[in-house]
Amino acid sequence: MLNIKCPYCGDRSQKEFAYGGDGTITRPKLNQEISDEEWDNFVYLRKSPRGKHIELWHHIAGCRQWFKVERDTTTHEIFRTFKPEE
Amino acid sequence: MSQNFRLNTGGLINRDKPIEFKFNGKKYIGYEGDTLASALLANGIHLIGRSFKYHRPRGFFGAGVDEPNAKMQVEINGCSEPNINATEIELVNGLSASSQNCWPSVNFDIGAINNFLNRFFPAGFYYKTFMWPKSFWYRVYEPFIRKAAGLGVASLEKDKERYEHKYEYCDLLVTGSGPAGLASAYAAAKNGAKVILAEDKPRYGGTLLTDDVTIDNLSGKDWSEKIVSELKEMPNVIVKNRSQVFGYYDHNMMVMFERTGDHLEKKPKYTPRQRLWYIRAKEVLLSTGSIERPIVFGNNDTPGVFLSAAAKEYMKVYGVLVGKKPIIFTNNDSGYETAIEFKKNGVNPIVLDTREDQNSELINEAKDLDIKIKFSYAVIVAHGYKKVKSATIGKLNKEKIDFENTEQIDCDSICVSGFWTPTVHLASQSGNKLKFNDSIDAFVPDKSKQNEHSLGAANGTFTLQDTLKNSFNTGSEVSKNITKKDEKIQIPNTNERIYSAHDKFWCSPLPKGKHYKRFVDFQNDVAVSDIEVALREGYRSIEHVKRYTTLGMATDQGRTSNLNGLQLVANVEKKIVPQVGHTTFRPPFTPVTIGTIVGREIGKEYMPTRKTPMHHWHEKNNAVWVDAGAWKRPRYYKRGNENLFEASKREAKNVRDHVGVCDVTTLGKIDIKGPDAAEFLNRVYTNAWLKLPVGKARYGVMLREDGIVMDDGTTTRISENRYHMTTTTAQAANVLSHLEYYLQIVWPELNVNVVSTTEQWAGAAIAGPKSRDLLAKLFPKIDVSNEALPFMGYVEGDLFGVKARIFRISFSGELAYEINVESDFGLFMWEKIIEIGEEFNVQPYGTEALSTLRIEMGHVAGPELDGRTIPYDVSLEGLVSKKKDFIGKRSLAKEAFNKADRQKIVGLVPLDRKSSIPEGSHLVENKNAKLPNPKLGHVSSSCWSVENNNPFSLAILKDGKNMIGKKLFAVSPLKNTSIEVEVMSSHYVDHEGKRVRS
Repeated sequence: MLNIKCPYCGDRSQKEFAYGGDGTITRPKLNQEISDEEWDNFVYLRKSPRGKHIELWHHIAGCRQWFKVERDTTTHEIFRTFKPEE
Repeated sequence: MSQNFRLNTGGLINRDKPIEFKFNGKKYIGYEGDTLASALLANGIHLIGRSFKYHRPRGFFGAGVDEPNAKMQVEINGCSEPNINATEIELVNGLSASSQNCWPSVNFDIGAINNFLNRFFPAGFYYKTFMWPKSFWYRVYEPFIRKAAGLGVASLEKDKERYEHKYEYCDLLVTGSGPAGLASAYAAAKNGAKVILAEDKPRYGGTLLTDDVTIDNLSGKDWSEKIVSELKEMPNVIVKNRSQVFGYYDHNMMVMFERTGDHLEKKPKYTPRQRLWYIRAKEVLLSTGSIERPIVFGNNDTPGVFLSAAAKEYMKVYGVLVGKKPIIFTNNDSGYETAIEFKKNGVNPIVLDTREDQNSELINEAKDLDIKIKFSYAVIVAHGYKKVKSATIGKLNKEKIDFENTEQIDCDSICVSGFWTPTVHLASQSGNKLKFNDSIDAFVPDKSKQNEHSLGAANGTFTLQDTLKNSFNTGSEVSKNITKKDEKIQIPNTNERIYSAHDKFWCSPLPKGKHYKRFVDFQNDVAVSDIEVALREGYRSIEHVKRYTTLGMATDQGRTSNLNGLQLVANVEKKIVPQVGHTTFRPPFTPVTIGTIVGREIGKEYMPTRKTPMHHWHEKNNAVWVDAGAWKRPRYYKRGNENLFEASKREAKNVRDHVGVCDVTTLGKIDIKGPDAAEFLNRVYTNAWLKLPVGKARYGVMLREDGIVMDDGTTTRISENRYHMTTTTAQAANVLSHLEYYLQIVWPELNVNVVSTTEQWAGAAIAGPKSRDLLAKLFPKIDVSNEALPFMGYVEGDLFGVKARIFRISFSGELAYEINVESDFGLFMWEKIIEIGEEFNVQPYGTEALSTLRIEMGHVAGPELDGRTIPYDVSLEGLVSKKKDFIGKRSLAKEAFNKADRQKIVGLVPLDRKSSIPEGSHLVENKNAKLPNPKLGHVSSSCWSVENNNPFSLAILKDGKNMIGKKLFAVSPLKNTSIEVEVMSSHYVDHEGKRVRS
């Protein structure tokens, strides 16, 4: 069970959080002309890197803030956690 | 039977408190402080079970977690449990144990024929033999193997015991209370760190209880007692015995298994049997000690063969002799400690030392005591079937691969010591890659991947002085970094005997022409020859050898067999052990009961139960419950002998004819505030939201980015910048997370705040032609006319002094309203509705009637919005804005979603107007067509239409709109039905939606 430092609340057990997927994805702007391929890349295609990965987590049983976590997917080491705007 | 092997004095047991217990139906006496193993040994019982594969007689081998053989079926307090380690369970009055894996008895076991057929049971026997014919596997082979193999029998009774979970946080967790654990815990505690010290045995001290050492002129035992009592006095320290840390997980999450109840004769009512601790430790100090390695020789599994340290522990802790004529077979000085202990207790042992003539403090002490020592000697084979009677021993040649001469000597036990293996399981679990230490022939921890340090014997440090020095220092260092305090501690003086070098001898060679079974792994019956077969057959990776031979598997995880197995592979492969590598250590280190893992999360405690404020009223009025997520909702209110079908029909009919009231508290409610709230809703929902006036509600559909419908519900503009959103009961939590995601991550520039108010509001829906009359009586001051409060209108009102929100919205398709009051007044509201509604024939209705009403109206719900449908599929195209963008809109432009024959929602009625269509039925054109019969769609929801008094279903059907009027078959292989149906509009009642606007 991971120990995750919520940037708003501090160290908490993984039990309080929900995983939210790849944190590097940017949603296309509203009303933007976009090809099927670009849209599919945004909706479906994700890298599954071995090693460092920036991901989203949601402090679902806490402050309910979404934030980013830089984590090693093989060792589960967490290098840093940060607010989305950082 | 008297305790013939009990010493008159010595040991840590209480001879004033005899304890009666049963083994295989026979009564025996032991003492308080015994384990089941020590009590049986005191009574001279050695034959305790049969081996896994060959059903060979087996006896005790170790004295703690190292024990591979003594797995028993144990009954305590009416609770029967298999595979309990007899060396770990404490003796209590009334305990009853029996042998496993033997029939009809441990003394006469039919399965032992396997032993004589053992050349037919080589490694990989099952894989080789039970292959053909394939169909025999389930019917013949598997049941046979299951019966023949296996350990104990799991009870089929419900476990009546109580188990608990506990969460704890600490600066340092110290695992093991031997010298390393005590010293490091003490140093850290003195620095003010929050320390947990865990000991798996009932007694603290580890090897200090059995080794002849002094610390600051105190005996090891007295020193450990002094330190433990000081630690117990300190408020920052938790000291726990009978507690095994068995798992090392990510980020220093340690899991510990505490045996809280089984050793108590009368367990207090709320004391759990066992407790699982989740401990998040900033630092972990692993002082898990080491386990003695066996030396492999012929018939080394015969009862009466022990680890030498176990024999010493039985004498020093339990006052029990494992034999009166022992052979000590050793490759290092440890065996001499056991020999000296025997001698002190009046027993004359003979020591066989594989080394050439040696001198050391211990050896000289043994010589001074006139102990007979034979250097360069080894045991070749033990004789005796159910107990060791004699042994053939031999003088090793110079290369130690053959014998110069052999002789047979009488003995009743053989105590082996093949040096020590650090217990590195937890370190390995933490991600620490182990390294091989040549000087001790074993793996030790290498670089830490998490915040852990191994200390003392667990780290390959086998002298007391070094162990204490390192442990005090590490305890200080690690805690200093956390507490910023640095108490100086004087490292105590020790008096111990220094060992001379050990010998690498680990396996007695076979004399020419002899084929003795030499076991490497007792628990899984893996002999030297089995591993050799695996290697001959081409298995190379140690992980493959392990799986093919089962070496090191099962509950003891190869604690005594691992290194000898690796050594054997290395020898055959002409490699060295570090090249062979080691298998992976995984939690749990020792077996853990399922009950402990489950804890209190069982039955209704498995998850929280959510109850609405009206719950008890429903209960009193014969509600039959249905689970909606964690919520309990009334499915129907039973009257007399009614069944589900009759009751739901009555309730639904009453709504259509008069007025019904339904508890809708469980709907998700989200309060949305802020100047950009309208813009936000406009992006979240598929339809337009910018122009919704204050005091109006609107139905909305939201999609996922892939275009699939996520949820639907109504949202009401309460004031300029405030909206009240409702979601379905099932999706409430997901929708809130979804909204938060878009506000926090995607569009942080929007000034909007969302918060769940599901539990803040109690809701009641009143539906039916009489609902306006009822509403008028509930709110006499409000104009509830169709003009003043039209469909999708909203007003606030006063319900007999209680502030209420009134929404004119409808799920049933009838004229209907939803009233919300603060939760505390929910029951008050409900009772008022029932009381005042009496004159209008109001009846409560449950979810079943609610479903009936929405199905015959063609309103979609969960079964239609099943994660596969887009708005076009479920007649919601009218809600999809062409002008503005919204979440998931781009996906709707995709080709597959716009195919002409795309699935659509339709209604179905059986041609006979009688047969109910099972939900999940497949729609096909020809029920007799050859398989695979092309599937055109499926039935999503079914009801008995109270309006038309016949069954009606909703279905998702390929090219549905063009199929109206066609006849199809709804086939359910599950229910074995095939019903001819007619396809029609999904709106079966009130096509134009007049009633909701009336």
